[in-house]
Amino acid sequence: MHKWGMVIDLDKCSACQACVVACQAENNVPIIGPKEAAKGRTIHWIELIPYIEGEYPHIKARLLPRPCMHCDHPPCTKVCPVYATYINEEGLVAQINHRCIGCRYCTTACPYTVKYFNWYPPEWPKEMKGSLNRDVSIRTKGVVEKCTFCSHRLLRAREKAKVEGRDLLPEDYIPACVQACPSGAMFFGDLNDPNSTVSALSRERRAFRLLEELGTEPKVIYLSEGM
Amino acid sequence: MDEKHLNLVEDAILFEPIRRTGKTFYLTLLILGAIILWGVYAYHYQYRHGLGVTGLARPIFWGVYITNFVFFIGISHAGTLISAILRLAKAEWRRSITRSAEVITVLVLFFGVGNILMDLGRPDRMLNIIQYPQFGSPLLWDVSSITVYLTASSIYLYLPLIPDIALLRDYGGRWRWFYRIFALGWKGTERQHRLLEKAIAFMAILVIPVAISVHTVVSFVFAMTIQPMWHSAIFGPYFVAGAIFSGIAALIVAMNVIRKVYHLEDYLRPVHFNNLGILLLVMTLLWFYFTFTEYLTTYYGAEPLHMAIFWSKFTGRFAPYFWGMFLFCFVIPLPLLSFKRTRTPFGTLIASISVVIGMWLERFVIVVPTLTNPRLPNQDVIYSPTWVEWSVFAGCISFFILLYMIFTKVFPIISIWEVREGREKSLAEVQERIKTYLPGISVE
Repeated sequence: MHKWGMVIDLDKCSACQACVVACQAENNVPIIGPKEAAKGRTIHWIELIPYIEGEYPHIKARLLPRPCMHCDHPPCTKVCPVYATYINEEGLVAQINHRCIGCRYCTTACPYTVKYFNWYPPEWPKEMKGSLNRDVSIRTKGVVEKCTFCSHRLLRAREKAKVEGRDLLPEDYIPACVQACPSGAMFFGDLNDPNSTVSALSRERRAFRLLEELGTEPKVIYLSEGM
Repeated sequence: MDEKHLNLVEDAILFEPIRRTGKTFYLTLLILGAIILWGVYAYHYQYRHGLGVTGLARPIFWGVYITNFVFFIGISHAGTLISAILRLAKAEWRRSITRSAEVITVLVLFFGVGNILMDLGRPDRMLNIIQYPQFGSPLLWDVSSITVYLTASSIYLYLPLIPDIALLRDYGGRWRWFYRIFALGWKGTERQHRLLEKAIAFMAILVIPVAISVHTVVSFVFAMTIQPMWHSAIFGPYFVAGAIFSGIAALIVAMNVIRKVYHLEDYLRPVHFNNLGILLLVMTLLWFYFTFTEYLTTYYGAEPLHMAIFWSKFTGRFAPYFWGMFLFCFVIPLPLLSFKRTRTPFGTLIASISVVIGMWLERFVIVVPTLTNPRLPNQDVIYSPTWVEWSVFAGCISFFILLYMIFTKVFPIISIWEVREGREKSLAEVQERIKTYLPGISVE
């Protein structure tokens, strides 16, 4: 069984936000507009967060690309009253949009605030409507959404492998953000395979996870910079 | 007590609200109706456009509706719990107040549940909770617990109503068919009385753990997450104490209104307000104790995450709410309730109104500041509720008052048979009971 994970090397990340743009396009993330964005209604499945440690003058600032952590012990799935969010056998924390009742309990329970709510029906400029991704369902107003590690790509890769009569190879499946990263700072693969790149990187001395002390066991691993 | 109060003609005043309805009633009905319609319009507006019409945003995903949910469920602890405890404790002064307390519980629960439903992004899918229940979710514990509570308190309200409904059936007023059905053939025989008393006693015992469980699991919705200043073991008892606190206050307000409007000064006497005032005083002190413990623990531990929230309440953005809560929950009611001179119907009314406002603020101060300060750095968002949320809130309160008013027009708001029973039996019984407490008096 695979256990999908991501490694983000902060030494290589230039904070260009190509991952953010790729994600918006890949996953049909609605365009919220500046007025609503100022109110905090933006949806970004992956977002660059300014992570500031220490206090002036001993300050250390990092810009962290933050997708869903796909925790091994997700605090969000525990509280969902209808199994609309759950962790599947490959470790992906999935979201069933058409079952979600919009109680927003998972959004308040997630310590990484990676969950977003559709405050209004989703909208796109007219020109963009033609280029929506057909593999990703469009969410309605009133439901929660978040990064899925582009699980639709996994489905597609698996279908393809089946058609070609072979097993799924880890390199068949790669999320849009990782694919788009121009500086090669993002890696994706099977954490269960000890020889995979992500496994090797996750054992590096620079490796850390966000809010590790909470015991959520994130499957997004960061490599700290400047060491 | 004067002997002349003990004749049955006096009780005629308890039937008055049912027999006659004045102009004021219809006028109030009209005003409340207008506010309710406005609230319905506001909710419909939200239903059509989405929750974006509220002030909520990321990361403040919960606001006024969840505050209202906790608040209304808290108010519901007035009735059934107080009434059950007083009944079991054989507190004789309970007789004229239990009914008005129990009605609050049953009616207000609908608004607690209603606020959760109005908070849903997809209320049309609420039955998913039955179709795909995930019992690990504290929200589902709430659903189960509140359902049991609503059922139990409705039965507990209905049982002591039966003899009074039978009175109304025999009294010959309007809707006799209606009273005939709900009187369940009550004739007041010895056996029926015995059965009824047994049933009431059983329900009174059953309802106490259920009531406590309800507000405990309401607190669990917050406490079970790992969010700073929610993830606290004190939340269960803190919420239960707060619920009883706001519940008693709501009861005192309701009793004051009933007393004035229906001229029931003889039934709801200063002694009732004095006694409830003492209970409220105890709860005021208990509230302070819990609040003090909760915040001192946070402060002493001084974890940066917790302190960010702590200071946002003490000196920051939420200081007006926090200190408002402290003023209304403690500073105003404490002196009013401490002295017998001010523990009058009016004095307790002021204290109670203050407590009700304070407890709403307390719920708000629990829900919003934690969400405003998430663990990871986030866009600075200020939550200010919009007209939609305030209108729905006003609609809920008006609807509750309206239902309460209508109840008093259909059923006697003071339990007639229990008051009569008090006069006829309890005087002697209490004397006998006291004898059993005392040394040197032989009891057969």
